[in-house]
Amino acid sequence: MDIINLFELISRILIISISVSAPYIFAGIGEMFSQKSGVLNLGVEGIMMVGAFSAFYFTWAYNNVLLGIAVSLIVGAVMGLLMGFVSITLKAKQGISGIGIYMLGWGTAGTLFRLFIGGVESIDKGVENIDLPVLGRIPYLGRIFFSHNILVYAAFLLVPLSWYLLYKTPWGLKVRAVGSTPRAADTMGISVNKIRYQCVIIGSTLAGLAGAYLSIAQANMFTSDLIAGRGFIAVALVYFGRWKPFGVLKGALLFSTANAFQRWFQISGINFPYEVTVILPYLLIIVVLAFSHKGFAEPTALTVPYDREFKG
Amino acid sequence: MWGIDMQKIKSMEMKGITKRFPGVIANKDIDLKVNSGEVFALLGENGAGKTTLMNILYGLYSPDEGNIYINDKKVIIDSPKKALELGIGMVHQHFMLVPSLTVSENIALGSDFESKFRLDLKKISKNIKKLSKDYSLEVEPEKKISELSVGEQQKVEIVKALYHGANFLVLDEPTAALTPQESSQLISWLRTVIKEDMGVIFISHKLNEVMSVSDRVQVLRNGKTYFSAKTKNTNIDELAKNMAGREIKLPKLEAEKTHGDILMELKHIWVKDRRGIDVLKDINLKLREGEILGIAGVSGNGQKDLAEVITGLKKAYKGEIIFGDQNIEKKSVQEIIDLGVGFIPEDRLHMGTIPRFTVKENLILKDYLKNPFSNNYILDQNYIKNYCKTTVEEYDVRCPNINTPTHALSGGNIQKIILSRELKREPDVLVAAYPIRGVDIAAVEYIHSKLLEARENGMAILLITEELEEIMNLSDRIAVIYEGEILRILDNTAASKSKLGTLMAGVVDENK
Repeated sequence: MDIINLFELISRILIISISVSAPYIFAGIGEMFSQKSGVLNLGVEGIMMVGAFSAFYFTWAYNNVLLGIAVSLIVGAVMGLLMGFVSITLKAKQGISGIGIYMLGWGTAGTLFRLFIGGVESIDKGVENIDLPVLGRIPYLGRIFFSHNILVYAAFLLVPLSWYLLYKTPWGLKVRAVGSTPRAADTMGISVNKIRYQCVIIGSTLAGLAGAYLSIAQANMFTSDLIAGRGFIAVALVYFGRWKPFGVLKGALLFSTANAFQRWFQISGINFPYEVTVILPYLLIIVVLAFSHKGFAEPTALTVPYDREFKG
Repeated sequence: MWGIDMQKIKSMEMKGITKRFPGVIANKDIDLKVNSGEVFALLGENGAGKTTLMNILYGLYSPDEGNIYINDKKVIIDSPKKALELGIGMVHQHFMLVPSLTVSENIALGSDFESKFRLDLKKISKNIKKLSKDYSLEVEPEKKISELSVGEQQKVEIVKALYHGANFLVLDEPTAALTPQESSQLISWLRTVIKEDMGVIFISHKLNEVMSVSDRVQVLRNGKTYFSAKTKNTNIDELAKNMAGREIKLPKLEAEKTHGDILMELKHIWVKDRRGIDVLKDINLKLREGEILGIAGVSGNGQKDLAEVITGLKKAYKGEIIFGDQNIEKKSVQEIIDLGVGFIPEDRLHMGTIPRFTVKENLILKDYLKNPFSNNYILDQNYIKNYCKTTVEEYDVRCPNINTPTHALSGGNIQKIILSRELKREPDVLVAAYPIRGVDIAAVEYIHSKLLEARENGMAILLITEELEEIMNLSDRIAVIYEGEILRILDNTAASKSKLGTLMAGVVDENK
C-alpha cells in the first residue's frame, strides 16, 4: 500500500470516527454532569431512545429538523425530571430507578413508533453536513475535522464549555462539592437537591440530543434497535474519563475510532471473521476500564441520596 | 461579612428545646444561654444529646418544641445558611469539608459570588490569607483538603466560619482527633484570640480541657440538663460524677509486677505502603505474658500498620513475627485469629463490626463457625441467643436488644461489643488500637478496668494510643513510635508526660 492510499484510509476512518463520536460525547458529558453531582443515571439508553424517536417523528411528520431537535431536548429534560423525582426526592436506589427509566424510555419509544409510524420510514433531509469555509479546504485535515454537521461541532464545543462550567464557575464548584460531600455543601447553604436536579436534567437533555443525533443526523431513520447500547457505553465512558470532560472526550474518540476501524475492516475484504472484529471496540472498553480503575476521581457520594436528618 | 442582616451576637439563648427521634428523646426541655466573650462548655456522655442540640442551633435539625433567641429576639433557624447569616459558625465533630477541593474552594462554597460565570479564587485566597493572619491561624489556600492533617483541617474549618462572618462559634469535640500538641494550641488560641469578642460553645469529653478553657459549664445526661455552674466553682470529679451519674475513678496499674514469658516477638519488621514508602522500619518488640506494652505516638506514624502487620491484615516485606514457636508473618488473618491473637481495631464501626449486622451477629463474628455456636455448619440459635444476652449484661452494653443493628448504638457501646468479643475469646495476645477514642468517661473507666483485668490473667496486650494519661495509667512499658520507627522503650516508672511528649515529636535527646 503506498503512502497516499494509507493517508486516504486513515482520513476515511477518522472522518467516520469523528462523526460517530458525537452521540457518545453528548450522552457521556451529560452523564458526567449527573454523576458529578452524585446521581448515577443508568437510564441514558432509554432517554436516548425517546430522544431519537421524538426527533425522528417531528422531523418526518413536519419536515422540520429544528423542531425535531427541540422536541428531543424537551423529552430528554422531562425524562430527567422523572429520574430526579424518583432518585432525588423519593430517594430510590439509583441503580434500580435508572433501569426503570431505561425500560420506560425503551417501551415508550417502541410503542409510539408502532402507533404513529409503524413501518420503515426514512427522512430525506436530516441534519446536513456543513463544510466550514477556508478550514474545510485544508487537505485531509479539512475533511476530517471541518466537514461535519452542526451537531458534531456542537459536541466538540460542549467539551471545553463543560470544563469551564465545572471548574471555573461558582455553579461548577457547587456541583463538585455536592457530588463528593453533600453534607458539607448543605452546611454551606447549598441546596443539594436543587443542584442534583439541575445536573440530572442537563444530563438527560443531552442524552435526548444524543438520541436525536442518531436518528436524524446519522441514520436518517428510526428502528427500535437504533441506540444499540450506546447509552450504556456513555455511562462507561464517564468512568473511563475519570469524571472529567476531556477524559470523556478521549474515551468517546477512542471508542468511535475503534468502531470506525472495525467497520472499515468489515468492508475491506480481508479474510477474517467479522463477528470477531465487531466485538473489538467493546472488548477494548472493558480492558481499558479494568485497568483504569486507579486514583480517587469518583464522586464519593455517587449513588447516595442525601438526607439531612439521617442518623447513621 | 456578606449578609445584610448580619449583626453582632451579644447573647444566644435556647429555651425549652425538645427533639424526638423515632424511639428516642434526644433533647428534653433544654435551656442554655451564652454571652459574647465567654467560652461555654457543653458536657455529656455519648448519646447525651449534645450534638443533636447543636445541630438544632445550626439549622440541620428542627426542634419539636422550644425556641432560639439572639440578642433577646426570637429567631427561626431552619437551615445552615440561616445560621451562617445570623453569625453562627459551627465546626462539626466530623469536618464539613470536601476532600477533593482546595482550601479556598471549600471556603468559597458558601459565598455570595459576584459573578455567576466566573469563580474568582484569587481574591478569595487573598482574603483568606489576610483573615488567617489577623486571627493567627495558618492555612494554605491552594492546598487540597485531602493533603492536610486533621489539625490543619480544623484550622480551615474555623477560618471558614470566620470568613463567612461568624461571631459565635460552636466547636463540637474539637480536640477528639487532634494530637496533644495541637489540642493545647487550640485551647490557648481560644483563650486569647476568640474570647475577646465572640461567644463560644465548646463540646468535649475531656474534662481537663474543659476546666482550662471554659468560663461556664453545663452537663447533659439522657437529653436533659443535669448540672450547670461557673467553671471556677466546680472541679473534674464533680463534672465526671454528673456526666456519668456516679463517681468515676480511672484505674491504674500497679507497676510492681514480675512479667512472664515472651509470647510474641517482632523481629526486624519492615512494611511498605501502597506507594512503596516504608511505613514501618526495623521494628523489634517483645510482648510478654501479663504485660501491657504501650505504643505512644502521634497518630499516623505507623501505628495502624503495626497493628495490621501483627493481625495479618498487612504483610511485612522483611522480618518475622514469632508467636509461640512459629513465624506467623506469612499466615492468613483467619489462622492468626485461631492461633490466639485478638484485635480491637482503630475504626470500630467499620473494621471492628459490620455496622448493619445486629449486636448478636457482631458478638459471634469471629467464632460463628465453631462449636458451640454452630454444629455441622448450622448455627445454634438458642445457644447464641443465651450467650449474647449474658455477654451484653456482663459487659454492660446498652442496647435496646441483641437484635438491634450495631450502627444504631453509641461509640462507647460499640466498643464494648468489640471488647467483649475479643476478651471472651481469651487470646494470648491482644492488639488494642485507640480503645477509648471518642468514648465517654464512664466507658473509659470500664474499658481500662477490663484491660487491666485481662493483664492480670496473663494476656499480653499491645496498647496503641496517643492519650498520654491512658498510656501512663495502663502500660508496664511504653514504646514511642515516630515515622515508623521505635525511638525508645521506657519503663512505666521512667516515663513522664513531658518526656513522652518530646519523644512523640521525634526529638531524641542523647544527653539524657
